[in-house]
Amino acid sequence: MPTFGLNQFEFLLRGAGWTVVLSALALVFGGIVAFAIALARVSDAAVPRTASNIYVQLIQGTPLIVLMLICYFGFSLYGIDLPAIVAAALAMTLYVGAFLGEVWRGCLNAIPTTQWEAAESLGMSRTERMIWIILPQAIRISIPPTVTFMVQIVKNTSLASIIGFVELTQAGKLVNNATFQPFICFIFVAMIYFVLCYPLTVWGRILERRFNVRHR
Amino acid sequence: MLDTVDARTLTIIQLRNVRKNYGSVCVLQDLSFSVSRGEVVALIGRSGSGKSTALRCINGLEKIESGQITVCGHDVERMKGDLRPLRRDVGIVFQSYNLFPHLTAEENIMIAPRLVRKMAKSEARERAAEVLQRVGLLEKRSCYPEQLSGGQQQRVAIARALAMEPKVMLFDEVTSALDPELTGEVLRVMEKLARDGMTMIAVTHEMGFARRVAHRVIFMQAGRIGEMGPASLLDAPETPELRQFVESDR
Repeated sequence: MPTFGLNQFEFLLRGAGWTVVLSALALVFGGIVAFAIALARVSDAAVPRTASNIYVQLIQGTPLIVLMLICYFGFSLYGIDLPAIVAAALAMTLYVGAFLGEVWRGCLNAIPTTQWEAAESLGMSRTERMIWIILPQAIRISIPPTVTFMVQIVKNTSLASIIGFVELTQAGKLVNNATFQPFICFIFVAMIYFVLCYPLTVWGRILERRFNVRHR
Repeated sequence: MLDTVDARTLTIIQLRNVRKNYGSVCVLQDLSFSVSRGEVVALIGRSGSGKSTALRCINGLEKIESGQITVCGHDVERMKGDLRPLRRDVGIVFQSYNLFPHLTAEENIMIAPRLVRKMAKSEARERAAEVLQRVGLLEKRSCYPEQLSGGQQQRVAIARALAMEPKVMLFDEVTSALDPELTGEVLRVMEKLARDGMTMIAVTHEMGFARRVAHRVIFMQAGRIGEMGPASLLDAPETPELRQFVESDR
């Protein structure tokens, strides 16, 4: 039986690489969905508002792990065999779209209505107001919570292990199965997650502080 | 030969039996008055008497329950959603300035002419310089709002409204958030505008300003007109309510 050594550590690092890839996919595609959801949630029109609300409620009321299972096994029932990475990225996209969408909606709502009124009184259309007045301010305040949320994304990619995607957690499980040294193995897994997440946490904190100083 | 001109053609704002509720609370009831071109009207009254609401109804920021508001030929209630033609003719300045914090003074002023009037950048910049000059802040053109004092921010807000070349200017308690020493600089800008012939309605607590500048004073009382007349009204109130209001200011 092999013991935990450099080879095993290297295997974990390769898994960590996939964790990063999945996180990036989740952030990019989830971010696109989240942007659309945030805009729909503050829309004047009832249909996008209601539809986006239903989407958010559905996703927020479903464990991410179940979304993973649905995306992986659900589609294969209909003859669509998604590779694990695609299924995992899809589930993460749905998840990020709902949660980050709500974060960003909060940022849009945080812009005082008086800003809308001032722009409206100058004759700007709703779209012009959104693009030139509201969004630039909302994007600025959304950066710290978005960076903080990225930590959640990285950690939650671990749930992709349930569908056999060999990211960091699944790599840890495989190493443990081979070496049967769970303590040392998962300590290393935890440490790698920490190394990935801690800089994001620090960055988020710095951005938050900088933002608060600027707006005091 | 002013007296041969039909008085109605001089009317630029007209409110007829305007009624406005907030939920079950009636804030404006049967409010009627009109404002002529070039006239300066001071809307005074206690907090909650409906004066700010009346102002906000005039540029369509609030919907009314019944009655009719006509501004520069636009029937405000019939415009249904697209109030942009109205907004081009009516400038408004708010108590809390409401400058756009992510834009410089100049950009704050340029953005509406560029978007709404499709003005070229260079032309919009010239226009911004011109209106900043009028409020005496040309040298602050590249400052962000947070770098300006309250009085300066409010003057930029006035300049921003002027850049759209409105036919009417509405002022909603524009000096209420300012220190007494900063109030003066804003009032002076407003007085200059009045002298230049701008049609103005100013909701104000500044009785001195009302006396000096207003052609007419409207004292609002519980959503109605309590008393209306020339500025001299303030020195000889007819109703006990206005008398009490004016005395409490001294």
